[in-house]
Amino acid sequence: MRKSTMIVTLVVVLLFIASWIFKTMTAPEVDSTFDALTQGFLVTFAAFLTLAIMSFLYQDNPFYKFAEHLYVGVSAAYAMTLGFWSTLVGNLFPRVSETLCGWFQVEFSGQHDWQFLIPPILGILLLMRLSPKGGWISRWALAFIVGTTAGLNLPRFLRSDFIEQISGTFLPLLVDWEGFGHFFSNLSLSASGQFVAILSNFVIVSGVICGLIYFFFSKEHKGAFGSASRYGIWILMITFGASFGYTVMGRISLLVGRLTFLMDDWLGIISG
Amino acid sequence: MKRTVPLLITGIVGTVLIVSVLIPPAQSLGEDFSLFFDIIAVFAFFLGGGNLFRIHLKKVFHRKEDYGFSIVTLVGFLVTLTIGLFKIGNPEGISGSITAAGSGLQTIFVSIITPLSSTMYALLAFYVASASYRAFRAKNREATILLVSAFVILLGRTPLGMMLTGWIPEQFSIFQIPNLAVWIMNSANLAGQRSILIGVGLGVVAMSLRLILGMDRTYLGSDK
Repeated sequence: MRKSTMIVTLVVVLLFIASWIFKTMTAPEVDSTFDALTQGFLVTFAAFLTLAIMSFLYQDNPFYKFAEHLYVGVSAAYAMTLGFWSTLVGNLFPRVSETLCGWFQVEFSGQHDWQFLIPPILGILLLMRLSPKGGWISRWALAFIVGTTAGLNLPRFLRSDFIEQISGTFLPLLVDWEGFGHFFSNLSLSASGQFVAILSNFVIVSGVICGLIYFFFSKEHKGAFGSASRYGIWILMITFGASFGYTVMGRISLLVGRLTFLMDDWLGIISG
Repeated sequence: MKRTVPLLITGIVGTVLIVSVLIPPAQSLGEDFSLFFDIIAVFAFFLGGGNLFRIHLKKVFHRKEDYGFSIVTLVGFLVTLTIGLFKIGNPEGISGSITAAGSGLQTIFVSIITPLSSTMYALLAFYVASASYRAFRAKNREATILLVSAFVILLGRTPLGMMLTGWIPEQFSIFQIPNLAVWIMNSANLAGQRSILIGVGLGVVAMSLRLILGMDRTYLGSDK
């Protein structure tokens, strides 16, 4: 380890201990010293992890690597335990075994559903993937997963992403229409006005058709077809721009959340 | 056995699930199979966790480069697994909810997973900003449309949008940036999303049929 790395590590450790002591001393509403110590440690550790990840903005470093490796290990085990308790103990055991229900203190469903022995058997076959010679048998479980996904997704996507979307696009182009006289006498660019509502529906109907034309590659994009395709690209560009804007906003709000944690929960500079 | 049986399983399971949608008494099959899927997925988590453990243990044993960080992964993994499986610190003991307030696993989630995951995603704000600076220069008409749309959405979701355009009278209120942002989201954005979704829907249907009919066998891998 380089000398500079050792010095930085030492400084970070000292700051960590100082923060731990300070947070322990200022811990609100605790019953015992142990609770105060735990609370102080958890807040300091969360702040350390936040800063360790942020340090990547400067460059890759041992603190970032520490946080990254910890994240991988902890989240893998978290997903495993959550799956074990919520799915195996919560949904499988009550259907297959009264004894297991007794061990894990969950209520037995009252009758044995023997078909529910199939998924654990397939699950064990899946674990055979770790075996050098019997790995091929895990394909049976994989085939079941693929078959289930395909069988469930085909009708689901056909309904939600195809039929529902097409039926939702058939909108009236003349919204609240009471004749030209009424339309022109109330013409305005108000956000809640009739003109904007008509324009919205027109953009939706034409945008979906032209967007689909853009994705249709069996005919050359020339002439009227090409113009429609170009309009489709513009609509898609607006969509990508909106999605980008939304994503950035989401990330910024997460950043604000982390900064608020550091300033409020950890340092106590601002009050939340 | 190695290829025919998996193909048969995929075909039969897929067909049964599609047919079950059309026959009302068999519709509960879909729910049962979803649960089967969830149960097998838990074993997949075990497989993933086991593999992670094996790889990092190997790295530590062979003292490979940066093996110290593998120890961090292993310790984090084992500690979380122990706390989670034995429900350590759970106020209601073994019979309580795994994510009950004050439980060990919940503490790990709040103090380790949340800071790590949200900071990791928050970090992307900086990278997205720097990447977009390079990518979204208004080089052509399409890039300009994308830039303007993103800009309107960003401004429309902040108080600045209203501060800049709040003076526009009600008759022209569509030009107020927050209203314009809502209009873009509900019309042009909706149209674009729909045309993409219709394409995705058709793609999923085609892919599912290829899998069920055994025309796509890539998930089986090679026999080597």
